[in-house]
Amino acid sequence: MTLISLAQATYVVAAVLFVLSLAGLSKQETARRGNVLGMVGMVLALVATVILALDLSERQVWVTAILIALVFGIGATAGTWRARTVEMTQMPELIAILHSFVGIAAVLVGYNSYMTAEVDAVHQIEVFLGVFIGAVTFTGSIVAYLKLSAKMKSAPLTIPGRHAINLAIIIVSLGLMAWFIAANALVPLAVMTGLALALGWHLVAAIGGGDMPVVVSMLNSYSGWAAAAAGLMLSNDLLIITGALVGSSGAILSYIMCKAMNRAFMSVILGGFGADGGSVVGGDAYQGEHREVHAPEVAEMLATSRSVIIVPGYGMAVAKAQYPVAELVALLRAQGIEVRFGVHPVAGRLPGHMNVLLAEAKVPYDIVLEMDEINDDFPETDVVLVIGANDVVNPSALDDPDSPIAGMPVLEVWKAKQTIVFKRSMATGYAGVQNPLFFKENTAMLFGDAKVQVEAILTALRVREGAAA
Amino acid sequence: MIIGIPRETRPGERLVAASPTTVAQLTKLGYDVVVEAGAGVQASFPDDAYAEAGATVGTAAKVWAADVVTCVNTPDAANLRRLRKGAVLIAMLAPQANEDLVEKLAKKGVTALALDAVPRISRAQALDVLSTLSNVAGYRAVIEAAEEYGGMFAGQVTAAGKTAPATVFVIGAGVAGLAAIGAASSLGAQVRAFDVRPEVAEQIESMGGTFVAAPEAQQEVSEDGYAKPLTEEQQAAAMRVYAAEAKRADVIVTTALVRGKAPTTITKEMVASMRPGSVIVDLGAPGGGNCELTVPGEKIVTDNGVTIIGWTDLTSRMPRHTSQLFGTNIVHLLTLLTPEKNGEVTLDLEDPVVRGMTVAHDGEVLWPPPPVAVSAAPAPQQAPQVDVEERARAAAEAARRKARRRQVLYGIGAVASLLALTFSPSATVAHLTVFALAVIVGFYVISNVNHALHTPLMSQTNAISGIILVGALLQIGSADPVVSTVAFVAAAVASINIFGGFLVTYRMLGMFRKDV
Repeated sequence: MTLISLAQATYVVAAVLFVLSLAGLSKQETARRGNVLGMVGMVLALVATVILALDLSERQVWVTAILIALVFGIGATAGTWRARTVEMTQMPELIAILHSFVGIAAVLVGYNSYMTAEVDAVHQIEVFLGVFIGAVTFTGSIVAYLKLSAKMKSAPLTIPGRHAINLAIIIVSLGLMAWFIAANALVPLAVMTGLALALGWHLVAAIGGGDMPVVVSMLNSYSGWAAAAAGLMLSNDLLIITGALVGSSGAILSYIMCKAMNRAFMSVILGGFGADGGSVVGGDAYQGEHREVHAPEVAEMLATSRSVIIVPGYGMAVAKAQYPVAELVALLRAQGIEVRFGVHPVAGRLPGHMNVLLAEAKVPYDIVLEMDEINDDFPETDVVLVIGANDVVNPSALDDPDSPIAGMPVLEVWKAKQTIVFKRSMATGYAGVQNPLFFKENTAMLFGDAKVQVEAILTALRVREGAAA
Repeated sequence: MIIGIPRETRPGERLVAASPTTVAQLTKLGYDVVVEAGAGVQASFPDDAYAEAGATVGTAAKVWAADVVTCVNTPDAANLRRLRKGAVLIAMLAPQANEDLVEKLAKKGVTALALDAVPRISRAQALDVLSTLSNVAGYRAVIEAAEEYGGMFAGQVTAAGKTAPATVFVIGAGVAGLAAIGAASSLGAQVRAFDVRPEVAEQIESMGGTFVAAPEAQQEVSEDGYAKPLTEEQQAAAMRVYAAEAKRADVIVTTALVRGKAPTTITKEMVASMRPGSVIVDLGAPGGGNCELTVPGEKIVTDNGVTIIGWTDLTSRMPRHTSQLFGTNIVHLLTLLTPEKNGEVTLDLEDPVVRGMTVAHDGEVLWPPPPVAVSAAPAPQQAPQVDVEERARAAAEAARRKARRRQVLYGIGAVASLLALTFSPSATVAHLTVFALAVIVGFYVISNVNHALHTPLMSQTNAISGIILVGALLQIGSADPVVSTVAFVAAAVASINIFGGFLVTYRMLGMFRKDV
């Protein structure tokens, strides 16, 4: 038995634990366990690797040991600090920046592998691909991070001939790969790295802020493929398996997001919502009269209803209204009113983002339902509160084949007896489409800041309750 | 300006045109309100309640001399004489049937607004008293039927055996019909409903009823939301539906009204076929009755024991809520007429709603109003039909072509990878096998993940993709300082991922709590 075969055996165990870990995340009940299984797998893999690394050390063992200790010191300090202090609304930024770390690590590991391994065409291809994917992931994630944290304008950057530029970069890179295989020189690798970094930057810069859920999932996928490529070049099955798991996870999330927006994956990736299709209809297509209500009336409606569904959107999180909303839910439920949440898959800036934000505000997860689970219940619902959502409740997605969002599955809130839309003004949503929901007879608008309005409803309900007692 | 609320003079009328709540709303618009003493007593609104809400309680003379007089029914001749020139009268005036009344009002210089002539557009719904009254009548019809019916509406299973639920058949799914469907189904009855307009099926179902489909008896989607008179074949087919449903119904509520007239829906023969103890409530009674045997204003029992209720005062039998809703309709009308909220009526005859209701103004008869082009259901667009079909065909064609092209591409890809694999070293093939299997496992495992956990999933995958650290760690001990440094940086960055990813996932998952 050698140390290497022991390490290999540990890697198999770790890989199994990683699979179980992701499987555990399928349900809330087992999610915690899944998280811990992942940690255990990681610890096993790292311990085995550290021992192996010390054994293989080409210089004094203690130097290597100190270096490794330093690595973990840096990781633990920075990682723990970010994990503890991050606001849940900033989760997308954190995830984006973590993707970029995987990307840069893949690039660096690729270079090292190039410098240390002997010349072999297959290995060279693996290095080349690994560095390419890693570099795209790195800059792409950085742009995503900058856009999500509003340090960069989130509007899509549309420079003329951008598809041609992307294609040219890919073709040139293929040429560079041939050169690299033939000459095993550093120059083609370095040039390609520069091009790939530019490609990653440009790809994500061309995608608008509202498509970020897809982009972040896509980068999640890329970071996985980068890790898998690194595994191939290092002949490390644990890396290959983990990379494949992460890569397919990101791919599925991107697919779900695209389906929820009824958009082809390629059209999202190629960027510029509406700029390519050219079918954005002016806001005047539907005009009508809307009805306005005020908080006390809404309180009255809620108090006399039997079932209520709340449809939250990212606007709710921006206004930080989830805390008073959670209080409102608790108050209504205490009075025996059935209250549930209906969450659209693309609500928020990250897949599942709304669920985390609601969980943080202490809303029990079993009343937070997915679109498909709740869409049939709207006709039996007395009041629907739409807070900070717009396009995901737009009936023209179903009724109007010419609408830019036609065919997108939406929450059918207009089927409820009464719908209240919380909104700052009558402005259109992200897709720039007017929402006929606002002009339906059973819809009423509650204008103003969502947080202030929800608090006003809470006050009115408490007064009402006090009067009844 | 002063608004006068008189006591209704029609015999048996228990409604009043304002409740204390609506009086308060009227004063908010800047009006002074005078309520005739005893006006709301029958609707359980005592004079004190009005006074408390800000109204003055006064004599009939004072009320009828007000600037604006609002009442429920057309005032009698004596009271009409008391109206002063220039006053505004708001009431149900039935202008299509009372031409001489309209003329008289115009001659007197009264501005008369007919509450029963509200144009049927969605904006005007808030002031449509006919909707209000129909809604109450539909509800009350079921209550009346339940009282006469000798059984329970809801089916029961008890220790003493079980009873079947009542079968209620509702004809006409207008406002009244839908209210009846809702009331009957919430009492637990099995409700079946028929309407000649096929587009109401969804509304019937939303109220808990079952739509009786009979395509040969049903019309095209109506353009203005009202039913049209039926053709002969449709009429015959509809009668067959009624006959079939009447036999199995315990209760029939018939609400058919076509342009104010009550067509016959239930014939003598159908009544004869019904079980003893069955009940028919005829909401068409004010227009003569939908049932051939109905006596308007009376309740009769036929020879075979079927009760036929022809009350014409169903709304008056729920005076409290009807008055409340009616009063709110009037508040909405006055809100429209008082854009400045300064207590002054501004009559904007350009507004189709106001124009439609105004039957007399400034000495002129303004009835009938010019037709308002409205639609309750969107008119079906005929022209683009072909276009849509053609477009769909073109899209299908394009999709087919795309699919073919994709198949070819996939084929080329498969052959190329096969060749590449054949010429690869066997170790690489083994790794690629692991890779392919892991991707498949990944797809299956991740597909099961609950949508709600997608964010934790992403941060968890972030953490485990930090495993790339393994590659860097093994190179950290390299003798080459460049390799060692690069490996160190890569390892440090990747380890941030591991710690940050796992911990933030842990933190997030801790937030998910089940309801206790």
